[in-house]
Amino acid sequence: MTFFEYAPAPESRSVVDVRPSYGLFVDGEFTDGQGAPLKTVNPATDEVLSEIAVGTDADVDRAVRAARRAFTRVWGPMRPADRGKYLFRIARLLQERAREFAVLETLDNGKPITESRDVDVPQAAAHFFYHAGWADKLEHVGLGAAPRPHGVAGQVIPWNFPLMMLAWKVAPALAAGNTVVLKPAETTPLTALLFAEVCQQADLPPGVVNIVTGAGDTGRAVVEHPDVDKVAFTGSTEVGKQIARSIAGTSKALTLELGGKAANIVFDDAPVDQAVEGIVRGIFFNQGHVCCAGSRLLVQESVHDEVVAALQRRIGTLRVGDPMDKNTDIGAINSPEQLARIRELVGIGEAEGAHLWQPDGDLPERGNWFKPTVFTDVSPAHRIARDEVFGPVLSVLTFRTPDEAVAKANNSLYGLSAGIWSEKGSRILSVANQLRAGVVWANTFNQFDPTSPFGGYKQSGHGREGGRIGLRAYLKES
Amino acid sequence: MSDRLAVRKTYKLYVGGTFPRSESGRTYEVADSRGRFVANAARASRKDARDAVVAARGAFGKWSGATAYNRGQVLYRVAEVMEGRAAQFADEVAAGEGLSATKARAAVDAAIDRWVWYAGWTDKLAAVLGGTNPVAGPYFDFSIPEPSGVVAVLAPQRSSLLGLVSVLAPVLATGCTAVVVSSLDRPLPAITLSEVLATSDVPGGVANLLTGDAVEIGPWLAEHADVDGIDLAGTSGAVAMELERSAAGTLKRVLRTTAEEPDWTADPGLHRMTPFLETKTVWHPIGL
Repeated sequence: MTFFEYAPAPESRSVVDVRPSYGLFVDGEFTDGQGAPLKTVNPATDEVLSEIAVGTDADVDRAVRAARRAFTRVWGPMRPADRGKYLFRIARLLQERAREFAVLETLDNGKPITESRDVDVPQAAAHFFYHAGWADKLEHVGLGAAPRPHGVAGQVIPWNFPLMMLAWKVAPALAAGNTVVLKPAETTPLTALLFAEVCQQADLPPGVVNIVTGAGDTGRAVVEHPDVDKVAFTGSTEVGKQIARSIAGTSKALTLELGGKAANIVFDDAPVDQAVEGIVRGIFFNQGHVCCAGSRLLVQESVHDEVVAALQRRIGTLRVGDPMDKNTDIGAINSPEQLARIRELVGIGEAEGAHLWQPDGDLPERGNWFKPTVFTDVSPAHRIARDEVFGPVLSVLTFRTPDEAVAKANNSLYGLSAGIWSEKGSRILSVANQLRAGVVWANTFNQFDPTSPFGGYKQSGHGREGGRIGLRAYLKES
Repeated sequence: MSDRLAVRKTYKLYVGGTFPRSESGRTYEVADSRGRFVANAARASRKDARDAVVAARGAFGKWSGATAYNRGQVLYRVAEVMEGRAAQFADEVAAGEGLSATKARAAVDAAIDRWVWYAGWTDKLAAVLGGTNPVAGPYFDFSIPEPSGVVAVLAPQRSSLLGLVSVLAPVLATGCTAVVVSSLDRPLPAITLSEVLATSDVPGGVANLLTGDAVEIGPWLAEHADVDGIDLAGTSGAVAMELERSAAGTLKRVLRTTAEEPDWTADPGLHRMTPFLETKTVWHPIGL
């Protein structure tokens, strides 16, 4: 049912200069890693983009020592206003080089260029800009007249929003006066390494930010290093539990931002077209590689057929393919491993008796792809209603009363986010009040802002990122 | 001096607003600071702990859903009833902790005042820890603190009343419900406090007090899937570490213990409440 064909509108990749190999960024310089290097691949084409150094325990130790030195000698004693100025510089540099970051992010991650351009990079810059202003106002965060930083922050981030997650971690840590050892995800290290260049251009003192690339072992070395004072992790609930266990008995502070299985609740009085746009944004944004994705659609029974029909019609117009094309709505799945996990859970969904629907159309031959998928006839006991798929897969369930909607929404080990669609204000506030979730989007979905605390209840982790509450995680009471 | 023979009390647990014996039938001898027999206290078991969690979960919806003003009044009422029992508390604290009558009374006074202090926090937390967020877009966006749920509280071993109040009152002020394991050797003020709770307006199940050994019961609470947080104050060293590891299995909110039991008379700040508070952020578009 296409009225007009879209002509391809590819973003040029000439703006980026991907080096054939990258080292670790330690103490202000790129240095060799001692581990066997990894290759980072464009998930849309299977093209090897670059070879990435892998940090060993010894490399991590070197980075932590550099961070400790910088904390003790430079960053800790620095005038808070000057720390703020460095962060303002970084924010501006991110804006100046925004196009470069967006293209690089899309190449390495597979997300549509429109999303990296309009969400990831501007959000990253905004986080630095916001936290820059906090650096000389820490006495107002509510931890006494002279709150103190923890010291060295060890931070491990995921592959779904590589630069944005870096910003969520690094900006508050530095604003509070900590120094950082950051471990990017193994499949998406490139924007973090470009960020290292930004730190150099900003003349950020060596050792304040250290970036150690690698896989799980490198991350573990960062988390478990005895001289790390504060651990921040975004990733799976399983790894989050391992981290919580590994730091037990230490004095390390911890924040965890983990998985989710958000309920997106559509009441019978919701404007259907608006809700459908929100449902699409909730589950297909970033290929569904979003911890707060609205992956469980709870529709009031009386409007189920209408909503599902409208949703399928809308999904039929989504364009899956080349992430560098500005017309693309859904890009590539980030890795073959993630694709295999999505396929496995979708297979289980079919085997358990849910009804699968996908739009017509072909997928590119090379790269990792998965069609936007809707399961109907899903019961709350199905794996696809309980497990985080972390892909473009929506499970549709129904409810009759607001109480049933709340009970079903809260019937999850997770509690990261939720959505409510209704025109009735008092109902929205009542349901929002009863949902056990850290972020509730009413008549919208997947909105983020540095001033707005983000994080989960229950096994979605603890601690918040963003706002005054998020900043407090990087400070100790005076 | 009367020659009347005293009527002694049977010391029991406090679970779901009632006073059961331990289902295990176990008791243990409690001695005063000089080693003289004082009482046979109930030694709570795993089953008692699980029953207490069920009671706490059952009470959570109503307690967390009450208005902050109402919760503040209910907690203030606890302080009022404590005041009437001050002499009994002072005797128990003096005997258990080996304090002079004056010092024991000072500890009781501080405990009552501490309860009043926390009662006043219920309707301030949202203003101090929440607020509106000036997001860069047409949205009304606000954040509010909400209670995490059921919190297991391993009460301090030394400070049997002031320490106990200093760990229980903050949990209740947040809107969480609590399962408390008392000081092992000094459980009497905890038992008396449960009688205070039972005769004030705190709904049954909101606070449950178990006498017994935190080393024995703590692990069941730390791994219990329906417990959302745990305060390790009454444990230390390897035990505390093991409990924290166990709590990681369900990602509980953990308030760690300190090497030495803290000075409970110090200004408590917010740090015994914030670990058991979640922040909920709500977004709504602004438009016509």
